[in-house]
Amino acid sequence: MAELPRSGDPAPEFTLPSAPEASITLGDLRGRPVVLAFYPADFSPVCSDQMALYQAVKPEFDRYDAVVLGISVDGVWCHRAFADSRNLRFPLLSDFEPKGEVARAYGSFDAITGEALRTLFVLDRDGKVFWSEVSPPGVNPGADGILAALDAMAAATAGAAPGGSA
Amino acid sequence: MTTPFHIETGRLTVPVTAEDHVRGDAGAPVTLVEYGDYQCPYCGAAYPIVEELLRVRSGRVRLVFRNFPLTDVHPHAAAAAEFAESAPAGRFWDAHDWLFTHQDRLDPDSLAAAAAALDPSGSMAQAMDRRVHADRIRHDFLGGVRSGVNGTPTFFVDGRRHDDDYALATLTAAVDAAARTSG
Repeated sequence: MAELPRSGDPAPEFTLPSAPEASITLGDLRGRPVVLAFYPADFSPVCSDQMALYQAVKPEFDRYDAVVLGISVDGVWCHRAFADSRNLRFPLLSDFEPKGEVARAYGSFDAITGEALRTLFVLDRDGKVFWSEVSPPGVNPGADGILAALDAMAAATAGAAPGGSA
Repeated sequence: MTTPFHIETGRLTVPVTAEDHVRGDAGAPVTLVEYGDYQCPYCGAAYPIVEELLRVRSGRVRLVFRNFPLTDVHPHAAAAAEFAESAPAGRFWDAHDWLFTHQDRLDPDSLAAAAAALDPSGSMAQAMDRRVHADRIRHDFLGGVRSGVNGTPTFFVDGRRHDDDYALATLTAAVDAAARTSG
């Protein structure tokens, strides 16, 4: 498995299904901050709380124009049932076939359980890793780290381009 | 940007102020902040435990309750938060107690009846209808998000997120440990 990409590394590219007839390509999101939330399994208690929290916090993520993507090895129909059960309205990507390929590319696959690790990445507008955090499977990381990273990124952008609109 | 930077997570970013609802001895050395949702069954389960904690550690710990309604999963959570915040002066904790002891009756009609009982003048019901405390509830919620609230209930013991269960023994031990630190 690849190592966890570090700050400043280009985030590995991927295209993954987000629904039975739709997919999302990371490269298409250039120009916007992207939050990748790898998580072990649909419907598990901690993952359910974590994804429900991100839905509740979505208006805050929107203020940064950030795209939030959940990623697990569950299939698209499972994702749909999970999203319906929790009223999730942001994309859940299915790293199902080849199983965990994207999670592996992000150093975020647990070969023992066959699930993704609970890893957060915040990518900058150029698709580079700005911040990441690996949490123990049983700990819900919350959203404070993501928002602090988005703040720091906005501040760095503003500093690098004085007078810019960032 | 190649310098990795460290973000400290799970710390209370909104200090406790006179605006907060405080239960227990205001001068207690340890502060337990709970972010909760009145429709959340886990918060309901935690409620008697927290009450018991305040009793067995009376004078040592005070409770601050802040709103964290997860309205996508709990359709009555926002109205219930408005109910508590709209209680007449000095009656917040009565409203809080009612909510956590009647979690099966948070529908609009039941809340309206309970508000009428708590405040026959009708101003509580009016405040609820107008959602006059919506900003405060939102402020609570966002402060919680920024502090690393990750579900409900989330507790902070003297400003540090309590990443453990909320059994009475666990919470009591956390409070005692914090009391030793605060000397």
